[in-house]
Amino acid sequence: MSVINLNRENFESEVVKSNQTVIVDFYATWCAPCRMMSPIIDAIAEELNGTIKVGKVDCDENQELAISYSVMSIPTIIIFKEGKVAKQFVGVTDKTELMEAIK
Amino acid sequence: MYDIIVIGAGPAGITAAIYAKRAGANVLVLYNGESNVEKTDKIENYYGFKDGIDGQTLFKNGVEQAKNLEVVVRKEEVLGIEKIDNVFYIETTLKKYDSKAVIIATGNKNLKPDVKGISEFEGKGISYCAICDGFFYREKNVAVIGNGAFANKEVEHLKNIANSVTILTNGNQIKDKITEGLNVNSKPIKQIQGENKVQRVEFEDGSGLDIDGIFIAIGEASGLDFAKRLGIAVKNDFIIVDENMQTNISGLYACGNVTGGLLQICKATYEGAKAGISAVKFIK
Repeated sequence: MSVINLNRENFESEVVKSNQTVIVDFYATWCAPCRMMSPIIDAIAEELNGTIKVGKVDCDENQELAISYSVMSIPTIIIFKEGKVAKQFVGVTDKTELMEAIK
Repeated sequence: MYDIIVIGAGPAGITAAIYAKRAGANVLVLYNGESNVEKTDKIENYYGFKDGIDGQTLFKNGVEQAKNLEVVVRKEEVLGIEKIDNVFYIETTLKKYDSKAVIIATGNKNLKPDVKGISEFEGKGISYCAICDGFFYREKNVAVIGNGAFANKEVEHLKNIANSVTILTNGNQIKDKITEGLNVNSKPIKQIQGENKVQRVEFEDGSGLDIDGIFIAIGEASGLDFAKRLGIAVKNDFIIVDENMQTNISGLYACGNVTGGLLQICKATYEGAKAGISAVKFIK
């Protein structure tokens, strides 16, 4: 399943009002650790193909959205369950740990 | 350009350099901080030294052995590692080097100061990377905990973004030249306070400083500091490597105490050898 580009306009409908588990990667293009995180998120999207939603928020373009979820450090990964924050990870986090948290 | 740059000159770093050099690579070793080995009075459990050996001699012998093989060894503090288009750029207090592969063998320095609130507020105002997180603090008041060139590198980035930048030395002396006109507070820190995010630093003498964010850059940059800024995967404050000492970043290896496990010279030299051989395979 493809990774959704999340922003102010679609965050509510894609994440907050979603009944599915959603994993969201808050990143910025210039951030070196974010570039290491990105393929891990892509791999999760591939592996869980459609069973959960996977999205990314470019914090440079959506700073207010990031701050509204208290994101002050990137990469931050938030797992939403029924639209609510279930778990949050700061910094490069390995796939096994994220997969465990998604369950 | 060097083939391989090794950061750290303890048993892991020097062994990596020796193996890589003997396999034909052009190797530079950069180090500054004291190796754990140097600080050990007597080592009595290392193979072949029937009467034991003092740490300083073993360390010195290692560096000499590498130099005898024409490994370039320089005492320069490394401030940061960058990777652009498959080339690594290593910035020291003196200059910038480039290489095809890097081996981190910096030992296991504590990343965090022993201050209440640091771990609690990670990602909520405590940051380990000014380049990554600086923009969240536009026009805000921030502090850098540190006391040397490494902390100053973070300051240099933040001063163009934040409203104010204060260096908190946490009771330590300033070691290097720092940016002129900077606020420096040398009081020992008691704790970081705030509601859901960093709001205030309380000092041991009872005084305080209102602050929106704190960046950590203590002493000299260690392997973990590089990891936080570069995106090297870490678990329980140790760099994660595979059986070839490869990190999650292609061309970047780690060995010795920085990868955790048995904090012993025999383990450091094994991992150093493995990292040296792997790095040579990678560049060829």
